[in-house]
Amino acid sequence: MFAIFEYPFMQNALIAGSMVAIVAAVLGYFLIVRGLSFAGHALSSIGFAGAAGAVLLGVSPIYGLMVFTVTASMAISILGREVRERDVATGVIMTFALGLGVLFLSLYHGYAEQAYSILFGTIVGVSRADVVFTFLLGLILLAVIVIISRPLLFSSFDVELAETRGVPVRALGGVFLILVALAISITTQVVGILLVFALLIGPSATATRLIHQPFRAIVLSIVLGLAYTWLGILLGGNSPWPVSFFITALSFGVYLPVRLLSKGIDSKRSAAGFEKRSGADFNLASKKAYRG
Amino acid sequence: MVDILRHNFVQNAFLAGVIVASISGFVGYFVVLRGQAFACEALSHIGFAGATGAALVGASSLEGMFLFTLLAAVGMGALGKRLHNRDVEVGMLLSFVLGLGVLFLSIYTRKATGAVGVLFGSILSVTTKDVLITTGSGALILILMAVLFRPLLFASIEPEVAEARGVPVQQLSILFLILLAISVAVAVQVIGVLLVFALLVVPAAAAEHLTHRPWLAMALSVLISLTATLGGLILAFIGRWPASFYIVSLTSLFYFIALILRALRFPRRYREMPHPSREMLPPST
Amino acid sequence: MNKHSAVRKIMRNIRTQGPIIQLEQVDIQLGGRIILQDIDLSIQPGEFVVILGPNGAGKTTFLKLLLGLIQPASGSARVLGQPPKVGSRLIGYAPQHRAFDVELPLRGRDLVGFGLDGHRWGIGLPSRSRREKIDQALKEVDGLHLADAPFGQLSGGEQQRLLIAQALLTDPRLLILDEPLANLDLAYQQDVVSLIDQVCRTRGVTILLVAHDINPLLQVADRVIYMAHGHSAIGSPDEVITESNLTQLYGSPVQVVHTLGRYFVVGAEV
Repeated sequence: MFAIFEYPFMQNALIAGSMVAIVAAVLGYFLIVRGLSFAGHALSSIGFAGAAGAVLLGVSPIYGLMVFTVTASMAISILGREVRERDVATGVIMTFALGLGVLFLSLYHGYAEQAYSILFGTIVGVSRADVVFTFLLGLILLAVIVIISRPLLFSSFDVELAETRGVPVRALGGVFLILVALAISITTQVVGILLVFALLIGPSATATRLIHQPFRAIVLSIVLGLAYTWLGILLGGNSPWPVSFFITALSFGVYLPVRLLSKGIDSKRSAAGFEKRSGADFNLASKKAYRG
Repeated sequence: MVDILRHNFVQNAFLAGVIVASISGFVGYFVVLRGQAFACEALSHIGFAGATGAALVGASSLEGMFLFTLLAAVGMGALGKRLHNRDVEVGMLLSFVLGLGVLFLSIYTRKATGAVGVLFGSILSVTTKDVLITTGSGALILILMAVLFRPLLFASIEPEVAEARGVPVQQLSILFLILLAISVAVAVQVIGVLLVFALLVVPAAAAEHLTHRPWLAMALSVLISLTATLGGLILAFIGRWPASFYIVSLTSLFYFIALILRALRFPRRYREMPHPSREMLPPST
Repeated sequence: MNKHSAVRKIMRNIRTQGPIIQLEQVDIQLGGRIILQDIDLSIQPGEFVVILGPNGAGKTTFLKLLLGLIQPASGSARVLGQPPKVGSRLIGYAPQHRAFDVELPLRGRDLVGFGLDGHRWGIGLPSRSRREKIDQALKEVDGLHLADAPFGQLSGGEQQRLLIAQALLTDPRLLILDEPLANLDLAYQQDVVSLIDQVCRTRGVTILLVAHDINPLLQVADRVIYMAHGHSAIGSPDEVITESNLTQLYGSPVQVVHTLGRYFVVGAEV
């Protein structure tokens, strides 16, 4: 089974996948803590249009992804004030972007594999150049996150206090979303645009249910993300089924029991009068991010 | 141009389009009112797994979708209040279900084109059988929505008072989700899984920006939905791009027009209206 | 109906009816937990009764019992002479304040209209008599000018007035209000209190009102029900809000200071 890792394409997949998993886990933690998981959904849909457009223009999809997602994240930062308005308006833009993506895909008469890989990911088909690019970009993203991690954490848990202490809350938020946009771009390679959520949010959603201390929660998210990715690549490489499916299934499969069983932790804490909850329940940016 | 209507597939397309648009307008009004846009997304993604899974067992996409979305609706209804503000949980579920769909797709790659149709809409390849199912669903939904309109409106806005008045709030919620599931399933034919939001949420959201009268808002929602769908279909026959793209673009356009109109009509937040006969108002903060 | 016959009608109602609410040794349980036990009280028609008590004391659960939404675990409860049942048109209800969406696509008159026929099946055709009834209710709460305004954008006080109008539309004998004064500025609180008092006196409606603070209601409350830690006591404000009563109810020392025409309950959460 493991013999498959002698192949360079599998090694590429592992390297790129590992970097992606780490970045996604770290950023995903902040997304959850800031209550912005719906933004991840929206950005990936918008990225889809960019990727499809890039393919149409004959350019590698990841560049289109990056341009569209970064632009969209900046737009969200600038426009988003009223929450409910943001829900539907973001949804409208997101849907229009998906529509554009549909258009571009339909116009494209080239290899269907390109389209397939954007939608569903083909980490096992990633080229050496892509791996290098992903790795470097991932390093940069991680470096930035490390630099801003403390003020970002502060402003994620207590906006008003952070502001009075001089933390540039709004600018940080904007930078953060740009980081998310770039992270989504590289995550798409592994799991495709439709399943970004599983790798971006899944590990941290699980980790924050179990550990309430930020640093340790992030570490657990990384461990889980790496585990899902490696197992996914291993299983996908050895079977005709797609890697993205395995990663998604693992992510959800671990999340579900944790989510159902960890209710005990939360309710015990609240009964003891424990006011502040961290993790998936702490919804800072919006009380009702995506209702329903 | 008109003789294009002689073709069966064109007639089917317009018929299905009109019915789906009408349903979407009606049901969408409540989706936006109840803040259940994400439930919509969830149902469409689950439908995707149903549609692709159906190919594996030789059933039609529509049948697969009906089964999965109905099951999902009942499940969501049973979970009830706990689904409120659960974007992480719902998102995870969505991803998993999409992942299932991806799996089914890869197993049965011959139906890849079918999957594309499910994802992006395939209004131009709607069969007569599908049209019949759609018409039947449409009639059912229209009748039920007419009967449920008042209590559903009451329960959506003031669930506690409605309950005290004897309105079966919980059962209505489940019933509404079932209606939504059916609407999503038939809407996917026209516009595809990824773009269901455009028909089920956007026209209603635009309408609810334009007026505060429930009746009028619902009528506007249907009107916008119909215009976008029919317009999109006509454009698709004239031009060379996918119908779903035109439809989505039109609904987005209407939405932003509605936003602009609203900003023009109510430039400022509504302030407390001065009572005609009072001179001194209570101090406001 | 002229004033004379209206007053006569009210006096006749008050004389011939038994108590509006009669509870004998009622226990209320929720999910296996005892919320309130041994409730014994009798409320006469036309009374203005305020329910006080800390958060979680079971005030809202108590209201749900009266509305027929839950059954007593033991004891007998009678509302308007019958066991409580859901959907009684003789009870008007305004629940705890919910933050309504600012963008809510509903006008003032639409919301008030729910009180009339929101629970009936079908679409409901507009009719002149319906519109007149709604206008009448709006006039009574001094809210006619709010009829066509977007409900979500009204102030808290205005919304509360319309919610009361909604509860009054079926001409109820009993009006149940859960924390109508919460989140209101002091001036608006007085407005709402006078409105409710007016409804009570002129229409002879029995008022059951849950509040956090007795002070805005001291002038109008006939009796007070104080609930805490599973127990309740009923009586006039002076009788109930005493140190010995409250200390017993809370199970821990409470001081009551009565000064400047106000009550200050100290040492316990009110």
